Parts: sequence; structure tokens; C-alpha cells
Amino acid sequence: MGNDQPATLTRRDALKAGIASAAAAAVWPSGLAYAVEPRAAAGLPGKARSVIQIWVWGGPCHIDTFDPKPGAGAEYTGPLTAPIETSVSGIRIGELLPELGKIADKYSLIRSLTHENNGHETASYITQTGRMPGGRIVYPGIGAVVSLFKGYEAGYKGLIPPYMVLTQLQGRFSESGFLGTRAKPFATGGDPNQPRFVVEGVVAQGITDPQQAERRELRRKLDTLAVTLKDDPRIVALGECEAAAYDLILGEGRKIFDLSQEKDDLRARYGRSTFGQSCLMARRLVEQGVPFVTINYQGWDTHKSHFETMRRKLPEMDRGVATLIQDLSDRGLLDSTIVWWCGEFGRTPRVQWEAPWNGGRGHWGSVFSALVAGGGFRGGQVVGASDATGSEVANRPVHPADVLRSMYMLMGIDPDGPLPHPQGLDVRVAPATSEGIKTYGHLAEIM
Amino acid sequence: MVNVNALADNGAAPARPPGPYESNDEPRAKGKLDELAFARWKELGITPARPCSDGVFVRRVFLDILGILPSAREARAFLDDRSPDKRSKLIEAVLGRPEYADYWALHWGDVLRIKSEFPINLWPNAVQAYHRWVYDALQRNVPYDRFVRELLTSSGSNFRTPQVNFYRAVQNRDPESLARAVALTFMGARAEKWPRKRLQGMACFFQHVAYKGTGEWKEEIVHFDPTVRSAGLKGIKPTFPDGRSATAASGADPRIAFVDWLLAPGNPWMARCAVNRLWSWLFGRGIIHEADDIRPDNPPSNPALLSWLERQYAVLKWDTRAMLSLILNSATYQLASIPRTGHPKAEAVFAYYPIRRLEAEVLIDAVNLITGSTETYSSAIPEPYTFVPENQRTVSLADGSIGSSFLDLFGRPARDTGLLAERNSSPTAAQQLHMLNSSHIQQKIARSMQIRSLLASNRQPPALADTLYLTILSRYPTDAEREIVVPLLRSQRSAQDGGLTLAWALINTAEFQYRH
Repeated sequence: MGNDQPATLTRRDALKAGIASAAAAAVWPSGLAYAVEPRAAAGLPGKARSVIQIWVWGGPCHIDTFDPKPGAGAEYTGPLTAPIETSVSGIRIGELLPELGKIADKYSLIRSLTHENNGHETASYITQTGRMPGGRIVYPGIGAVVSLFKGYEAGYKGLIPPYMVLTQLQGRFSESGFLGTRAKPFATGGDPNQPRFVVEGVVAQGITDPQQAERRELRRKLDTLAVTLKDDPRIVALGECEAAAYDLILGEGRKIFDLSQEKDDLRARYGRSTFGQSCLMARRLVEQGVPFVTINYQGWDTHKSHFETMRRKLPEMDRGVATLIQDLSDRGLLDSTIVWWCGEFGRTPRVQWEAPWNGGRGHWGSVFSALVAGGGFRGGQVVGASDATGSEVANRPVHPADVLRSMYMLMGIDPDGPLPHPQGLDVRVAPATSEGIKTYGHLAEIM
Repeated sequence: MVNVNALADNGAAPARPPGPYESNDEPRAKGKLDELAFARWKELGITPARPCSDGVFVRRVFLDILGILPSAREARAFLDDRSPDKRSKLIEAVLGRPEYADYWALHWGDVLRIKSEFPINLWPNAVQAYHRWVYDALQRNVPYDRFVRELLTSSGSNFRTPQVNFYRAVQNRDPESLARAVALTFMGARAEKWPRKRLQGMACFFQHVAYKGTGEWKEEIVHFDPTVRSAGLKGIKPTFPDGRSATAASGADPRIAFVDWLLAPGNPWMARCAVNRLWSWLFGRGIIHEADDIRPDNPPSNPALLSWLERQYAVLKWDTRAMLSLILNSATYQLASIPRTGHPKAEAVFAYYPIRRLEAEVLIDAVNLITGSTETYSSAIPEPYTFVPENQRTVSLADGSIGSSFLDLFGRPARDTGLLAERNSSPTAAQQLHMLNSSHIQQKIARSMQIRSLLASNRQPPALADTLYLTILSRYPTDAEREIVVPLLRSQRSAQDGGLTLAWALINTAEFQYRH
């Protein structure tokens, strides 16, 4: 179809178009179980409407990406000795990221993230919740919190659930924490780089639309208990869920997942890889107003064959992220969309040439990098710095909670406001001073 | 609901109950339990539901006691049985089956927070040992008082004396956290709501619980160490939650004094918590609701009934199977799920059986049983103790850290707090998408050799319809349903297509997905 201006489909439009509809607010995972009034962040307009989290899990190397250290010598750089100049004078990045180099004015880099933890699970938890694990409370990640405050109760009207994951959940990290099942993201499954993106539950292979409609009717006729108990509130709720599900199966919702509606050359620019097409899919979701999209980008835990992996993965990452930022910018969506690229930690600055690693890098939580763009973050800036070898923070340390706090502020969510805890405990969106987490304040210099 | 079957019986077909869910009788009290329940309904002016049909009953007892569906053969045998005491015979048979311990160990695994990792860190080997200990206790029907005493007073290795893991399955090991876990698990009380003094008084009994490692990886000894003291409890005397102070023999493990108090005849906490929780596992809600939030300002919906059940559990010498049998044999438990009243308290006083969605584990097991398929479970924790055989039922998974996206989606509890409310069985659209249209469920049905071979057999469509209904809904189809189903099995593109579509449709009915 090659439609450059995809129609934004709201529930109201869907109703106008006569699509069977239900009270979606009641049926998609959300914090509905607990009433909470989102508090607007004081003094900030909250420009951002959506977040795209590019979760580079396993721990991407900071030195080979956004914090190159050519002066540290080959012990540290390995074969990647020639970082490139970018479109912003004074900012250099890794040599395998040429596309990102061309648009450095559109994003900012944080080179002084630190949490001092080297375990995948704990570091993932810290980076996405801002908290240390181990207490009585299992905190929700930022995606669950944003979907709580920006989901259906806050007036979101989309057919697509407010917290989407491309394509698989993280597994050991519980995205929703104490917010529970209802704040879980919807994981698409499937592969957007396949000819048909089979979104689990939305697109069924081998069943035509008329068959779907026929099956739906058969099921309705045989649902004897539901007819018998039609006034039971549980049956009513189930019926609403079923109607919302069919909005996606048979209604307009699934077209959003149809990447063949995009021009081939744009798809090629994103890169014909699962990651590249996930970036494109994320843009399409944000166009629909989905408040939080996570791309779970696997394969960065490079204890061995580190540089071979970098040469394979970094160009793919470069193309996907750069095209995403440029495409959002071209469509006027970058001002309202935060792009947040980050992993749980960086990697050992000194290359481990000894056996058994033979040229690998280990986990490194002392200092690592992140990229942020859009949604009110200024571009072309660098926050903080690591030391000469990329081993420790040299100045302006940033705790992951500071990044989270900044994003909450840009999203118009009060970081000091309450979260609804099922047992009524007093829990704040971002860590309160009383929690004793060493934070350094939000990223005022780029907001 | 039109009673379509009333027209049908001409003597040739096997006699069927008058409607799919209810019998036509009025419920009649069968014993003291019922008398107390009936009295409460009368007091509130509530008409109870009719007794449930046999089809509902066989399915309900299997699901509530075993966490599985009856097979088509079992359902048919029960429905066709003419003996008047067939329900009580079924109850006894079901309570004697091994799946009972699997399913109730799942309940207990939730309450005891049995998981390997984060934020409860039992680790895989201890999880397996602990779960096995609980399973054995249920299988052997260890009296509940002994079960509690073992869990609360044991010392030893987490591998070799698995019940000591009770004190490891907590997010914090300070005495107040241990006391909170004990209060929640065995008193049904949320001690964080108590006055601080009361919690501290109780915490004193647990301040000498100590932990030490061994040379074995992840092995830990839980033991009594009188030299360990909590700074926060300085100057506080061990005091039972009822305000009586304890006279501690010097050198004795104070946990024993606490358990003696908890299990003393007439102590209301333990029996109330235990029996109310059993009840809530059968009915989806306690007589005190929520079942783990017992406090003076949260009164029981039927105080006389609860008190009687408490006494009865002691009279039965804490025999849990006997207690379950008592409840299951009551007319109250055997009511239909179709209310005959709009009274707002009807559900709270159990004037009908409240419908609720099957737990995540039970639901996927039921789909697997029908389709003859299995799930793949794995743990991200790199240890040799987490191998899961392919044909293991989900209900019998020991470890809350082993799971699947299906279990997450359908609200399996994280086992972080032990609160019953952690399990979320409310429906979401994403769940419906999954059941209606995911490749996961579609493929189970489409590739089911079990259903395909049934459809390929030379049975006539009406007999096929019966078997499919018995397999999936544990009952015969009504005549209205036959009129839809039989032509489908006859015509369509093929009986295979029709049959598979029919299986899909039945699996997606509320009747399949809900206890009722």
C-alpha cells in the first residue's frame, strides 16, 4: 500500500467505522485494580507522549559504541581503534556506527552511568526500576509505570495495548513488579522481518477472515453457560475481553502490524533484520499513540568472540536506531517520543585476551553509556564522562534512577508521586530520598 | 435458559438430567454444616441455588480436588451411574487419587513461597526438596497440627530437613519479618497491621533462628542459636499475639513455646486460619474474606458456620482429607452456580457456587489433557536440578521460578509474598487473544492426535458430539447444542475440520475456562 501517512486509529474512529467494540479500558492489562490519580509533574509541560525503550540486553560495550577510548591503547580498544567524528563537532563515537554519526545532533549520550553491579538480573532490575532488589517490595519497571499512568485510565483510546514488547519478554525480569499481571506488557512474539509478522493472538496463519467470523459465531452459539449467567459481572467482563480481542483479530487493529504497508526502501533503510523491522514496528506503534514500546534486543553478552559479534551486530544496530530517530524526526514525532537505548551495564574496558575468553569482555557496572533522544531531551549533548580507560566515572555520575526520573518528568508523570501498592505501602514512582539510593538528580542539562 | 431436554426423553436415549447445570430439586440440608448455612440464608431472606447437575458436580470435584478434568470415560461413567450415593463415592475416590497431593502442593507452594530465585531465594535444590516434603505430607495426609509444628520448629539442612526452608522462603530474615511470615501463613493475619508492640512480642520467639552455610553449594543449616539476638528487640519480652507473656525456659528454643501456644486446644487462630483457607480454596473465597486477612473488623459472613468448622477440624484430629470430604459432601458445596436471588450478600454466604476462571496451571493442563499435548518449561537458572520432563503436568511444577509466558499471562502468582491475592484470575483481552487465536493454542488443537483419531473413528456424529462434550465440558450436549453440533460434524468441508473447529469453540467457552 505504501501509505506514508497511516491513519491514526482511535477507538472513536473504530466505533464510527462500525467496528465491533468494547470498553477496552476495562480489559487490557493496566493498573485498573487500583485507582490512582496521576499527578502532573510540577513545572514541566510533559512534552513526551511515548517511550521507545531499546533494551540492549546482555550489556553492550560502552567503549565500542558511544564512549570510545582510542588513547587507552589496544589493550582497551582491541581492533576498533578508529572512532569516527559525528555531525556534532567534538563528539566521537565507535567506528561501526556511521549512520548514528550523521545524526548526532538529534540525540544525547550519557557516558557516566553507574550502579556498580555486575549481575545481569540485579543490574537489569536497577536500570529499569531505579531500585536495589531484595527488600519486601518488587518494583515495577518504567514500562509498567508509564502504561499505568498513560494507559486507558488516563484517556488512552488505542486498540493496541498500552505497553508493547517486540518481540519477547525479558524472562527473568518481572516488568510489572507489584503492579501484577495487569501491568504486564503485551509481547508480540513472531518476527517482523518475516513476510508476515505473526503477532501472537492477533494474526493466525491458515484461518481466513470469513472463517474467523464463522468460528466466532459458532463459539457464541455454544457458550451456554455465558448465556445462562449473562448478568454475572465476571461473564460480562469476559465478554468485553473477547470483544476487544476480536477488535484486533478481525478489526482494524491488526493492520497496524502489517509492515507491507510501508515502502520497501524505508524498510531497507531500517535494515531487513528482526531488530531493524522491530524499530520500524515501534514507530508504527508510537504513531498509534502506544505510550510504551520495548524492543528486547538480545545477544550482547559477549564474553567470547566479542569483536566478531560487534562487527556483525553494531552495523545492524546502527542502521535500525539511526533510521528510527530520523524517521520519527521526519514525521514530526521525535518531539513527543523518547528513544532510550540502554543495557544493564557496560563491558570490561580491558579486553580479556586470555583463555577461556580469547578476546572477550566481561560485565562492567562501574561505568557505562546510554543514548537518549526526543520527547524533550535535547540533542547533540554529552552528559558526564568516564576516565581515560572507560573504567570509572570521571565526572557527573548518573544513576539509572536519574534517567528514569528524567523520563517520568518528560512524560508528565510526577516522579515523587505515589504508586498504587496492593497492600497500601507508601511507594513512590522514582526512589525517594528515604530509600537511601545514591542518585545525582535528573538530567537537567539536556532537558 | 430454555429447558430443552424436557422435550427429548422418549425412553430410547439415556435419561439425561433436566438442564445442563442444575437439578430440578430444591436443596435439602444434609448435616450440621448445611443447617448452619441454610439458617444464614433464611436469616437474610436468600433463596439458595438449586443443587448442581451431575455433570457440573463431577467436573467441579475433579477441578477443586485434583486440578484436572475428568476424562470422557470418567465423566460418562459417573453420569450413567444410577446409584443414589454416587456423589459421596466419587468424593472418596477422588480424595484418594495421587493428583490430590500434586494440586494441593500447588496451593501450598503459593502460600509458602516456594521458588528458586528472586526475591525469595531458596535455590533450585532446596526448592525440589521442600516441594517434595510438602507433597509427601499431603499424600500421607499428615495431620495439619503436625505439619505446622514440623514447619515451624525444625532445625537442619535445607536439603536434608526440607521443612526448615520455611524460614528461608522470606524476603528478609530479621525476626519481625519471620514473625510476619508465620502470622500470615498460620494465623491468616497481616501482622504489619498490628500494633508494633504485638509484632515485636511475637518476633522474640524467632530471634534465635540462625543460618549458616556448609561446604555444599547453596546448602544452609537453619538452627537455634541462643546467642543470636536482635538489637531491635532489646528490652522486649516474648509475648503471644493474644497478649499473654511467655515463660521461656532458659536454653530452650522459643519457637517451641510459640507453636505450643498456636496449637493449644481452643486457640482460635490456627483452626480459623486453616479451615477458612481450605474453604476458600474450594469456593474461591473464605467465610472470612480475604482468607489471609483475619482481623476483628473483618468478620466472617457466617460466624456460626465458621466456628463449627473450626471445632470440627479439631474433632477430626486435623485430618485434612476428612475435612474436605465433610465439606464436599454438603448440599452447600453441591449448589449450582446459578443464583436464584439478587441479594448482594448471596455470594459471600455461599448461596451459590461462585464461578471463577481456572488457575493458569490448571487451564493449560486441561487444554493439554484434551489435546494430548505438552508444554515446554525451563528455568533460566543454570543448575542441574531444574530439568523438567516434557510430560510433567504444570500443576506439579515445584518451582515458582520455572514458568512460561502462558502462566505469566494468566496470572500465576509470583510467590513473592505468600498472599493469596497474588494469584490473579481475572480476565484480560490479551488472555482472550491467546485462547482464541494464538498459534500456541491453535496448534495444540490442530495437531491433536487425540481429537483427530476420535474424529477419524467410525462413530456417528451424535456419538461423536457426546464424546467431544464429555471430553471438554464433562457433560452430554443439550438438544439445542446437538442441533448446532451434529450438522457441523456431518457436513462442513470434512468431519475433521468441523470437529477441530468445534473443539476450538468449546475450549473457548466460559463453561470450559471457568469453574462453575
